[in-house]
Parts: sequence; C-alpha cells; structure tokens
Amino acid sequence: MELSRLPGFLLRRGIKAMIVILAIVVCNFLLIHAAPGDPASVIAGQSGAADERFLAQLREQFGLDRPLYEQLWIYLKGVLTLDLGFSHRQQQPVWTLISERLPATLILTGAAFAFAIVAGVTLGTLAARRVGSWWDSVITVIALTFYATPLFWVGLMLVLFFSVWLEWLPSFGMGTVGVEMHGIDVLLDLGKHLILPAATLGLFYLAVYARLTRATMLEVADQDFVKTARAKGVPEGQVVRRHVLRNALLPVITFAGIQAGQLVGGSILVETVFAWPGIGRLAFDALLARDYAVLMGVFFCTSVMVVGFNLLTDLLYAVVDPRVEVEG
Amino acid sequence: MAFSRRGLMAAAASAPVLMRASDALAQGIAPRRGGTLQMMLTPEPPVLQIGVNQQGPTLAAAPKMFQGLVTFSPTLEPLPLLAKSWTTSPDGKEYVFSLQENVKWHDGQPFTADDVVFSIMKFHTELSPRARAIFTLIETCEAKDPLTVRIVLKQAFQPFMLMFDATAAAIVPKHLFDGRDYRTAPAVQHPIGTGPFKFTEWQRGNFVRMDRFDDYWKPGQPYLDTIIYRIIPDSQSRRLALESGQVLLSQASDIEPFDIPQLRQRPNLEVNIKGWEYFSPLSWVELNHRVKPLDDARVRRAMSMAIDRAFIVNRLWFGVGKPATGPVASTTRFFDADAKIAAFNVREANALLDAAGYPRKADGTRFTLKHIPLPYGEIWTRLSEYLRQAMRQIGIAFDLESTDAGSWARRVGNWEYETTINFVYQFGDPTLGVERTYVSTNIQKVTFTNTGGYSNPQVDALFLQARSAAAAADRQRAFSEVQKILVQEVPQIWLTELSFPTVHDKKVQNVITTGLGVSKSFDDVFIAG
Repeated sequence: MELSRLPGFLLRRGIKAMIVILAIVVCNFLLIHAAPGDPASVIAGQSGAADERFLAQLREQFGLDRPLYEQLWIYLKGVLTLDLGFSHRQQQPVWTLISERLPATLILTGAAFAFAIVAGVTLGTLAARRVGSWWDSVITVIALTFYATPLFWVGLMLVLFFSVWLEWLPSFGMGTVGVEMHGIDVLLDLGKHLILPAATLGLFYLAVYARLTRATMLEVADQDFVKTARAKGVPEGQVVRRHVLRNALLPVITFAGIQAGQLVGGSILVETVFAWPGIGRLAFDALLARDYAVLMGVFFCTSVMVVGFNLLTDLLYAVVDPRVEVEG
Repeated sequence: MAFSRRGLMAAAASAPVLMRASDALAQGIAPRRGGTLQMMLTPEPPVLQIGVNQQGPTLAAAPKMFQGLVTFSPTLEPLPLLAKSWTTSPDGKEYVFSLQENVKWHDGQPFTADDVVFSIMKFHTELSPRARAIFTLIETCEAKDPLTVRIVLKQAFQPFMLMFDATAAAIVPKHLFDGRDYRTAPAVQHPIGTGPFKFTEWQRGNFVRMDRFDDYWKPGQPYLDTIIYRIIPDSQSRRLALESGQVLLSQASDIEPFDIPQLRQRPNLEVNIKGWEYFSPLSWVELNHRVKPLDDARVRRAMSMAIDRAFIVNRLWFGVGKPATGPVASTTRFFDADAKIAAFNVREANALLDAAGYPRKADGTRFTLKHIPLPYGEIWTRLSEYLRQAMRQIGIAFDLESTDAGSWARRVGNWEYETTINFVYQFGDPTLGVERTYVSTNIQKVTFTNTGGYSNPQVDALFLQARSAAAAADRQRAFSEVQKILVQEVPQIWLTELSFPTVHDKKVQNVITTGLGVSKSFDDVFIAG
C-alpha cells in the first residue's frame, strides 16, 4: 500500500461512513417508534395504579406529545453534536448510562475475542498440520460441537459444572460485592468472574476460526508457491508461518472484522445468563421499557463500531497481503 | 372512628409486640449485630425514589430507606412507625398524628411535621395517581407543632389510614424537594430518607448497596451493616445464586413458581408465602366488555365455571396462593365468604352456553376470542395455555397472541384487546383496590382502571355508599351486597389470590413479620451466627 494514498482513502471512507451512520440513525428512530407502546404506558403498566393525568404528565415530560418529525429533528441535531439525549425513565443522560456499562461489555467481549482468535487459529493450524490424524478428528469434533450448540445452554452447563458442582468459579456478576478489596485482588476477582462468560461467548467463534483456519490452510498448502518454498529448502516451521498461515489468514481477518463489529451489541444472551452488567442488557431492558433514547444510543454506538471495524479490516488486508490495494 | 381508641391501643400495644413476638426471639435467638444481607432485585427499577417510581421492585427496596407514618400487621391493623401514636375524631374526619422524636434524615437534617405535610399535600398528590385520588379528600393538613400533624377530611373516609404505609405515601425530605421538579430533583438519584439503611451505591445492571444508618431513631437498630441487592436478569441464574448461597433471600417474582418444590427440599432454605396481606394481589382473566359476546353475563359465568382454579394453584403455582372466590381477596377487609362464584363444572357451563344461544358449529367451536398472555414471565404463559385448554372444553377457541410488556400495557390501556390476564393489588380495602375495576366512573384509557368497560348503576351506587360511609358496619353491608352482585355478573373472571414466595436462608431472621412482607424497613432483620 502506498502511504500517500491513505489520507484520500480515509477521507472518502469517512464521508461514506457518516452517511451510512446517519441513515442507520433515521431507520432506527422510525423502527423503534413503530413498536406499539411508549415509555409512559410502560411505566403506567408497572406502577399498579394510574390515571390519565399521570400518563399526560409523563408524555409531556418525555417530549412524546410533540409530532414525530419534530422528535426526529431534535434527535438528529443531538447526534450531530454527539449528544445522545436524555433517558427520562432513568433520569440520566444516555451517554452516562452507556459509558457506565461500556467497559463491562468491552472487557467481556474483548476477552472472548482474544480467546477465540488465539485458540481458534492455533487449533485450526494444528488440525491442518496433522490432517487426518486423531488430533484433527478431535479438534474438528470439538469445533463442530461448539458451533452447533446454543450459547445459553453452553453457559448454563459451564455454570453447573464449574460453579455448582466443582464450586471453583462464581456463577454470576462481574465481581464480589460487599467485600473490601485492593490492587491485584480486584483483578483476580474480576478474572474469576470473567472466565465463564468469556468462554461461553468465545467458544462459538473459536469453532468458526478453527474450521476456517484449517480449511484455508489446507487449500493454500497445495499451491505452487508453498511447494517452491519447500523445494528451496525453507524449514517446515517457517513454511507454515510465513507462507501458509499468512495467506490463510485473510478469511479469518474478514470474519474477525465482523465479530469485532459485534463486540458491543452481540452479547445480550451471555450478559443475561451471567448477570454481567454490560451494554447488551442495557439495550434489552431499554427495548422492553421503550426507553427510546437509550436504545437509539446503544444502536448508534454499535453502528459506529461496525463501520469503524470494517474500515480497520480493509486496512489490515493491505498489511497482511500487500497485493490487496486500498480503494475508496 | 374505627381507628380512634382502638388504633391508639393497638399502637401502644403492638410496638413492643412487633419486636418481641418476632419468630427469632420466640425461638430464643438473640439479635446479632453485623453482617451483609445479599438479596436480588428483579427487574431493576429505573430509579429508587419511591413516589417518583411505584414499581414492585422499588416498593420492596425503597422502604429500607424511606418510612411511612405507619405500617400494617398481617390482619391490617396499623403499627406505629414515624407516627408513634394517633387519634381519630368520632365523626371520622379528623386525624392527629404524634411523630417520633429524634428522627433524622440521612443527610443529618431533623425530621419534622413539615416533611409530613409536604409529602402528603404536595409530593404524593402531584406524583402518585393512587395518593392523588385519596388525598384530594383532605380539607386541611397542618403541622400543629414540629411533632404533631393534624389532618381534617372533607368527609369521613374509613380506609384513610391504609394510605400511610411507606409503599403508599413514604415521607420524603421537604428540604430536598420543595420548589424543585420532583421527578428531576438531585435527590431522586441519591435517595435521602429516615429509614434504617442509607443509600450508598448503585452500579446499574450490577447491584444496589445500602449501608447502616448510624443515627437511626430506633436504639440499637438496625442489626445488619449492609444490604446489597444484586441485579440478576435470568430466573435460572437467580435460582442458582440462591441455592449456592451467593444471595440469602429471594422475593416477589425472583423465583419462578415451578422452581419452588425443589427449593422446599433444601434443608437450609425456608419458603414463606405470607406477607402479601396488604397488597393481596388478585389475578383474573381480563375481559373487554365491548367485544361480543363478552357483554353477556351468561357467557362470562360459563367461562368462569369452565376453569379449575384448584388446578391452577396446585399444578401451575405448586401450592403458592389460593383459588379466588370473588372480586375481593380473603385477606382484604370486608371480604364476604358467602359471596362465591359458581363452582367448577364443565357440563353446566356448556349447558349455560347452549341455553344462551351460542351453539357449537360444525368444527366444535362456538366462537373464537383473542387472548394476550401476560408478558411477565413463563408462569403466565403456562396459565394462558391452560386457559386455552379449559375454554376448548366449552367450545370457545382462545387465539393466543404473544407480546411484550410495553405492547401489553399499551393495548390494555387503549382497550385494544379481547381477553388477557391481569393482576391487581387491593391495598387492604375494596374502596382502595377493588372499586377501581368495576365502577363506570373509572372507565379510563389507562391500565388498572375499569379498562373492561363494565357498567352497572347498582354496583356504582353500592361502591359509592361503601366509600362514603363512616361506620365499618355500614360499609360491610354495602360491600357484601356488591360482592353478591359481582359474583353473579362475573365482570372479570377471577382466578387466584396470588402470593409470591419469599425464599431465604434460615440464618436470616425476622424476614416476614408484617402484612407487607419484604416491603418493610428490615431494621429488625438479622443474620444469626
């Protein structure tokens, strides 16, 4: 990749990304408001007693009494100035709510992501190197099993085994609450709580990466340039690392780009099963409560992540394989 | 009148009784200071300022921080709390409350009669539909001195005292709310009350923490150092947390009824189904009378007769709760045991529908009704599936439509439904919690009013009579009369008197001691060593 072309590329992609994100915001807004019910009626339904004045007061406070196009305009103006609005239900700015919960999700999905890539690519390489051996069979079976098993079931089984039966790991939460801890103890405690949810979330992707790596490595291993490398006497380890794996990584990167885009929104199920205080649950609760501003805020963050990681993936292609050129 | 002398004596007598007669002391376990009680809060409420939010979880957690003037025994006698005694005039119009001395807010300010007047006349009247309906009957409410509040009503209103529990009208600090928008005041995010526990921290989606308030007005109490509510969204994870001892207490809908039999087997856990006497939630099949043929009382009666309520209680709720016999729960005042709905009888129900002119068609059905299961957990879906079976036996096809809580509230509130399930709190007295579903003056486009659209002038008149009569005997006559009419007309098909199990480790003492279950201050709760 020629570095001189990079700024132009980034500018063009940046403008495209802005347009895409704005379109997503408008679509989200319209879709969410098309769902029956509004925050006021939800609160009335949960309060056990209500009258029409109560509903009218809430709707006025929430700004729901204004016409829809006016609400959309107010929201768009906010987004353009990076103001995601205010959750009247929770009496907090949306950005505060999201930023409180974002670290938890990033820790969980980041750990799962790293675990899935490292373990998946390693297992896939191992299987490809010894194709047809019992190693290969075991890895393929494991990968298929995790690929085909529903997440929440894996989660519950892990809890049953490690928390209930062995009593090694806590079954829920992000940390021990109500006990004073400092320094390294806090990290160890977090780590203990992180293992089960991160493993649950990572196992599916691990299976995908293992299978993908194995398949593409086998494909690449038969190509002429690998034979040439072997013929000129390059040691086997180097052949695998430099020639086979590097070329086999392109589809893995593609997939990793997709997974990275879902880092923010893709863990609702695991967050629910393990009571992990992340952003997926924030979005889910907001959906049930029709907390429009929060829901749109989470969607906004998610779409920015997806667009951002797509861009990053394209750049990574060029780094891994110099033959690929970046194009706007 | 009913509360005057008797109330005073009950008050004087029950203060020590509440503490002395508690289970723990009866067993000879001395209260132990210290410890952290971990519980669960489901679903997580948006704010914990009672009044601004009146959801079930708020009503369970907030009374640790906020108190009412009184609370109630399981038989709904008032027990002193922030009011140490009270008197009522013989005509039932004047109430005088003497307040506890040396009560402080969590921010150190003294609690006075002004806070009480503000809470009643401004805060709750502005925010809470339930309080608004009652407190508009107040002619004057004044602080006679810093420790005395005098209330004069425009007319006698016998259930008035029931409005002074923390869950109905918690006393809030005037100095933090007066002159501000109550919903957006800073105190909403950091509640300040007079209760035994003060708000410390809330990590949303994770936990709420409250710590012992050292200046609490009851000497030596509370016993616990810390209360922590964990937020655990999945019901199976909640059950695991309880079984593994990671939390010590579950409340309300934390645990699904079908998990209760296994929990009963665990030697370290106690399952208590008491403590719902004040709320007395009653469940029913909610009918929209605007949909034909639900406007026909014979149809409603037949549908009611086709339902085996004992099956619902025993097989779906595993023995938690009891079959409903009419519109008033047996734990609510003025319940009349003689007014009973017709017994379970499928044959008679069929005969009734035949006679009413709804013959079976070729496919065996008489007519089809849409039905929205209550979207509050799996148990309600199971109930609706049972109802579909039961209705099929009398040739009525129930067409189930799933929805979520937002759509449910919207559709019921807008009368856009045919049948659904609902359950409603009775708040101790039919005037407070039963009347609203049946009188034609309360047909409104909002949930928990008479959304079914039932209208009967005689029923309206009797509820009005019971509302305005000053003497309990007169009210009983009117309520008995109206219950007899309603069990014949079956405006809604009452199913069960609900109860929600409180499951806790046996080490935790004094959990359920009042008619409000876990919605109490927990100042007497302790963890035995």
